Amino acid sequence: MTRLNSPEELEGFRQEILSRRDPDKPCISICAGSGCVASGALEVIAAFKAEIEKQGLAATVDTKGTGCPGFCERGPVVVIYPEEICYLQVMPEDVPEIISQTVKEKKVVDRLLYVDPATGEKAVHEYDISFYRNQERNVICNNIKIDSKNIDDYLANGGYSALGEALGSMTPVEVLEEVKKANLRGRGGAGFPAGVKWEGSRNAPDPVKYVIVNADEGDPGAFMDRAVLEGNPHSVLEGLIIGGYAIGAQEGYIYVRHEYPLAVENITLAIQQAEACGLLGENIFGSGYNFRVFVNQGAGAFVCGESTALMTSIEGRAGEPRPKYVRSNVVGLWGHPTVLNNVETWANVPLIINKGADWFTSIGTESSKGTKIFSLVGKIANTGLVEVPMGISLRDIVFKIGGGIPGGKKFKAVQTGGPSGGCIPESLLDLPVGFDELTAAGSMMGSGGMIVMDEDTCMVDTARYFVKFLTDESCGKCVPCREGLRQMDNILTRITEGKGGEGDIELLEALAETAQEASLCALGKSAPNPFLSTLQYFRDEYEAHIKEKRCPALSCKELIAYVIDPEQCRACQLCVKKCPAGAIDGGKDLVSIIDQEKCTKCGTCFEVCPPRFNAVRKISGEPVPPPVSGEARKIVRGGKES
Amino acid sequence: MSEILLQIDGKEVRAEKGMTILEAAKSAGIFIPTLCHHEKLEPFGACRLCIVELESRGSSRLVVSCVYPVENNLVVRTRSEKIDRIRKMILELLLAHAPDSFVLEELAREYGADRNRFEKEASFCIHCGLCVRYCAEVKKKNAIGFVDRGIRKEISFIPEIAAKECMACKECFPLCPTEALQAAFVLTMGLVAP
Repeated sequence: MTRLNSPEELEGFRQEILSRRDPDKPCISICAGSGCVASGALEVIAAFKAEIEKQGLAATVDTKGTGCPGFCERGPVVVIYPEEICYLQVMPEDVPEIISQTVKEKKVVDRLLYVDPATGEKAVHEYDISFYRNQERNVICNNIKIDSKNIDDYLANGGYSALGEALGSMTPVEVLEEVKKANLRGRGGAGFPAGVKWEGSRNAPDPVKYVIVNADEGDPGAFMDRAVLEGNPHSVLEGLIIGGYAIGAQEGYIYVRHEYPLAVENITLAIQQAEACGLLGENIFGSGYNFRVFVNQGAGAFVCGESTALMTSIEGRAGEPRPKYVRSNVVGLWGHPTVLNNVETWANVPLIINKGADWFTSIGTESSKGTKIFSLVGKIANTGLVEVPMGISLRDIVFKIGGGIPGGKKFKAVQTGGPSGGCIPESLLDLPVGFDELTAAGSMMGSGGMIVMDEDTCMVDTARYFVKFLTDESCGKCVPCREGLRQMDNILTRITEGKGGEGDIELLEALAETAQEASLCALGKSAPNPFLSTLQYFRDEYEAHIKEKRCPALSCKELIAYVIDPEQCRACQLCVKKCPAGAIDGGKDLVSIIDQEKCTKCGTCFEVCPPRFNAVRKISGEPVPPPVSGEARKIVRGGKES
Repeated sequence: MSEILLQIDGKEVRAEKGMTILEAAKSAGIFIPTLCHHEKLEPFGACRLCIVELESRGSSRLVVSCVYPVENNLVVRTRSEKIDRIRKMILELLLAHAPDSFVLEELAREYGADRNRFEKEASFCIHCGLCVRYCAEVKKKNAIGFVDRGIRKEISFIPEIAAKECMACKECFPLCPTEALQAAFVLTMGLVAP
């Protein structure tokens, strides 16, 4: 590989790569991110390669496995260049048709296009799809254009030009000032201004400094950092090198959780390629700046995303937070000044250097600039990654981009900020999404997880789920977190089981106060948020569980019963056949009856009862009606006397 | 000029740079309760009982005094309604594990903590880490350590090391506020040399 000794040589090399490439040559891009791989993308890639070979097109058509473009709901995603035709949910058996129709004949295969469920219109290009149309994609826009294992693709798309700019014509202080001016706030949690953090490290007298990428993403349902690190590892690496230059660090670490093997593979490869090109290592671009990067795998403990726990883990000890009142950017890894930012924060840095702080601050709200990637999951039509400008309303994310709630259900809440975030109710859907706005609403930005909940979701159970998650993931060092969360989990579980009593809410509040005020690290301090936000917006559900032993969402197993409406039952006996517990008795022309003693409340009968009968009902907080018996149980068919 | 002047509970206190609030308070005869603190050991900050209130410009914030370094003109309160409430809760949470610990009982009396507020879960160890840290930091033997995390976390002797080192030492025994340590030791010895 060519060693690039100056920004000019980089530019020359980029031109050389581009001149070798024919922009009109057909190229089939297939998402090879973890989501699409799980849906069979590797088989699809293999099928394309085999088919191209078979049809003798190897010299005229390219294929590449790329990073994640976000629309995981409809994966595997395939985009065919130069026309940018976008096919969704492509299977290996679709491949011959795509090659013969689209690649050879330039015809569109209609059945593989996205169909807008609202209008029935078909979208030929990615940018025609409503899911994408309302996004503003700056960080993940290149994912589908880049083979994440090939540095040439990143370079062809303008990669490392920000590094050339920074090292070639800016002083470290100028780089720092640009990031400060952009008001880039950390995308990992609390939204601390990155430039201010960098400045603290730069100004620390200790000459040994470090920069770290926090890729310990562990929130249930969140995968934006994985997608960026897997899909466009060089963008993170470039940001890290620029950050290292700005603060005067000579070493950087990438802390990736063990559960992200593809991210580890791709970033390790990216480091090797960058080193081979002279973009990492000694005397980068002849500037005299030396920088090395190491990959460090975490064992997948959620708490290791906390800055001091992460650093303790890199130092080779159990990942527990340490008590300190001096910030890590002054005393961090091995006692040296350390800047820790998350994947998305680092990936924004090259954009800021390339396009300028003014461009960056032109996007977003007064206090939250730029775009933010959210991972939109839960009861939503379009699951996936969305990148939107700060300030967009939650309503637009959920309904315009996410396509609303499937199955005609009603929206109930959106949980933002990961396990220690909060649930935002329907009345606040017009809230503009920004760091401070979400915090004011009792939730937080966190790393950008967004879980949409519909009317069937019990908010007490939701709080229980997240508190339980945090109880499991707590390091167990400090009492308010380890013991406080254990008790909160116990009480919340009791309430969902209908065993809640007077005083439980007050006790939960007292435990929440202790955890918030006295915990050692942010995990404990923020852990009561799921409880406090659900109590704030859905107090009536807590009271219904405690006072009436009723689950308003008909979700808590111990508080519901399944019954069959004798008026509606047509004795089709589907529920009798499907009940795994053998709890349903039925027969020809007999109303089916559920034996409540045997019933495990799995809900199978509810699901299999044909919608035209709709005979199985869920009830809560009311006595189960006695089963019909004798003559009343016989079904009299209209028009057919028996 | 390394002397620092601060105020603790209305009292002028002189301290040296590098001291913690806890050390400064102790030198001035002001008592702050602790469970995981030990003079010979690095601050751990785990029990959170030594929490105090810092006042500045009309607002206050809570910090743990065993870690927070003294600063000039710092105004510290070691007791307040809020601090007492949090200490009471911390004690009640621990009493669920070690209801008969003398140390806890005494503190419970001071703060009005109810030993029956939470359902009993008699694991006895309150994870103060004194034994683990003493063995690592002072004796440098690492014969006892923490295993697992969160609510499953436990102290555990490493049998191979314990069999060689512990019989002649046992210096960690008097440090344990709940006697869970002795139980763990007896169990380990039983396994090593039945």
